Amino acid sequence: MNTSQRIKQKGRSDTLKVDYLARVEGEGSLFVKIKDNRVVDAKFKIFEPPRFFEAFLRGRNYYEAPDITARICGICPIAYQMSSAQAMENAFGVKVEGPLRELRRLIYCGEWIQSHALHVYMLHAPDFLGYESVIHMAKDYGEVVKQALQLKKIGNELMQLVGGRDIHPINVAVGGFYYIPPRERFLAMADKLKWARDAAVEMVKLTAGFKFPDLEREYEFVALHHPAEYAIAEGRLVSTSGLDIDINEYENYFEEVHVEHSNALQSVMKGRGAYKVGPLARYNLNFKQLPPSCKRLAKELGFLPPVKNPFKSIVVRSLETLFACEEALRIIGNLELPEAPRVELRVRAGTGYGCTEAPRGICWHKYTVDEKGIIRFARIVPPTSQNQKTMEEDLREYVQKHLDLPKERLTWECEQALRNYDPCISCATHFLKLEIEWE
Amino acid sequence: MKQTKKPRIAVWKFASCDGCQLSLLDCEDELLDIVGAVEIAYFPEASRAFGKGPYDISLVEGSITTPHDAERIHQVRRLSKVLITIGACATAGGIQALRNFAEVEKYIPMVYASPQYIETLKKSTPINEHVFVDFELRGCPINKYQLLEVFNAYLNGRKPNVPPHSVCLECKLNGNACVMVAHGTPCLGPVTQAGCGALCPAYNRGCYGCFGPKETPNPTAMGEWLSQMGMSEEDIVRSFRTFNAYAEAFRRESETLEYR
Repeated sequence: MNTSQRIKQKGRSDTLKVDYLARVEGEGSLFVKIKDNRVVDAKFKIFEPPRFFEAFLRGRNYYEAPDITARICGICPIAYQMSSAQAMENAFGVKVEGPLRELRRLIYCGEWIQSHALHVYMLHAPDFLGYESVIHMAKDYGEVVKQALQLKKIGNELMQLVGGRDIHPINVAVGGFYYIPPRERFLAMADKLKWARDAAVEMVKLTAGFKFPDLEREYEFVALHHPAEYAIAEGRLVSTSGLDIDINEYENYFEEVHVEHSNALQSVMKGRGAYKVGPLARYNLNFKQLPPSCKRLAKELGFLPPVKNPFKSIVVRSLETLFACEEALRIIGNLELPEAPRVELRVRAGTGYGCTEAPRGICWHKYTVDEKGIIRFARIVPPTSQNQKTMEEDLREYVQKHLDLPKERLTWECEQALRNYDPCISCATHFLKLEIEWE
Repeated sequence: MKQTKKPRIAVWKFASCDGCQLSLLDCEDELLDIVGAVEIAYFPEASRAFGKGPYDISLVEGSITTPHDAERIHQVRRLSKVLITIGACATAGGIQALRNFAEVEKYIPMVYASPQYIETLKKSTPINEHVFVDFELRGCPINKYQLLEVFNAYLNGRKPNVPPHSVCLECKLNGNACVMVAHGTPCLGPVTQAGCGALCPAYNRGCYGCFGPKETPNPTAMGEWLSQMGMSEEDIVRSFRTFNAYAEAFRRESETLEYR
């Protein structure tokens, strides 16, 4: 079929469908309907089965929350552990500061390095280079893939050091940790991290050279902001349109709505609509707080903020990987080990909030516990459900602008447009409504 | 060109967190050798190339929680010469099997605004309740070295060397002090299968049973120990009800305690 010819004659009517979106975490599909040259429907569907975390957390001990919520996602367990621990500490009125806070930041850097390396090289880069997968890519880019695997491994090693293991770490506790490893083990990471820092520079240069599909949108970016540092595990919620709130005010400004064209619940900002979380949001809002090496490189390569093309998120993820390596090196360079592995807690009834920057964006938690520390209510808003409406809007606009592309190419680019978000469907699912439509 | 016939591998996902299949991509030092030795024919998390079956080895992650998945697993079985389940979800129903001790109808409105859209089974069940499973690899998450061992064994026609003994033995092998004896910390190590490398005791906390029950465990004696250490009955029930709550030995003990 000669599509371009058909368009000229009577306008394109077509359906783009991907029944099983590959190279993402979890099970989802995409569906775009075009009628007479107009995109009339764009859906990112979820068929991942629900697992009911918020329900079975009720009746569990507060100290089990980091271990249980980690199991929402095998790729970003630290995000869940940190947000839930922070929420419990908030409920009990304690703050984790000093060396303990630094170690938490260190393990979070490990998660950013491994998750970003996984997504950039193994899930997203194959789209830009025209391969089905990193395995296919390895035939022509053997050295790049080897470097990618090493970089990812160093992220994992950082998680193993502080957390005991990289998937579902066992050492994160409400109030801190169960155990502080000896100083030598931290110092042994320094040389590896220096190698990783150099590899991350190459990662930025490689991805900055990709050809980016044409799409720029005026998003409202939302991220944590901290006055003293590039925010990871603490801060206020800010946006590019002037939002500046405490994390416990989240529910006053954000809500989940049922949009007619979609069968999934979507997070929106009340009265403002879709918004965007994740690397681009952090980068555009907090660029000034990145280390000089990141800023220099960004300037040299022409990627200064604001970056509004979602396909360029791959470069920003690479820059954030560089940042995470630098930050981990800084923490290990100034290493001060805490006197006790965790702060003392006095259990009391109350409600607490936690919000941290998962590699994919803000991961917001709220818990109510009773006087014995038993969880009575839990609410978790993962990043992917917050981006879902924006993802559909991207699809709609991208397809509308590129109706002249052949179907196969356009379908692949739609997949790529969703992968821009590093969507974690396993995370989003306990929140999204379910629609199963098999064709 | 010479035709080489590499074994064809497929990786399937049911209800899960993706962590166990991530373990395969976490084999950073071995991944390029693995793809040299086998053809990864179907692995949606890593590739948009969907190679058709049949497959020599299928790795299955996740538990069965929807009517559709209860059908799909039979299709996977038909396409697979060898079917290996990986992780606590696939081998025991996972953390989502906590619904098996409650009424799922009460769960749905706690999470979802429009319950009528949710299609879910009353129970989250392991794969072996639905189809024949050739080998079960335990853990939440699995240990990637054990995964490599199982791969290696099946590719070479031998039995995997995955010991069914307890975490206690791993503590002894590692020279860990017993956290129960030395610190009075409650620990499920005596009834939990080895495989993690006795991580939690090495990090000064008790084992929480993420590899599920060991071969011939004695959870009743374990429960008595925990009780003597001052744990309440509710907390003992909770400690058996985590990631392997529906594994038979843990399930029976938690139900016995609950209905006593």
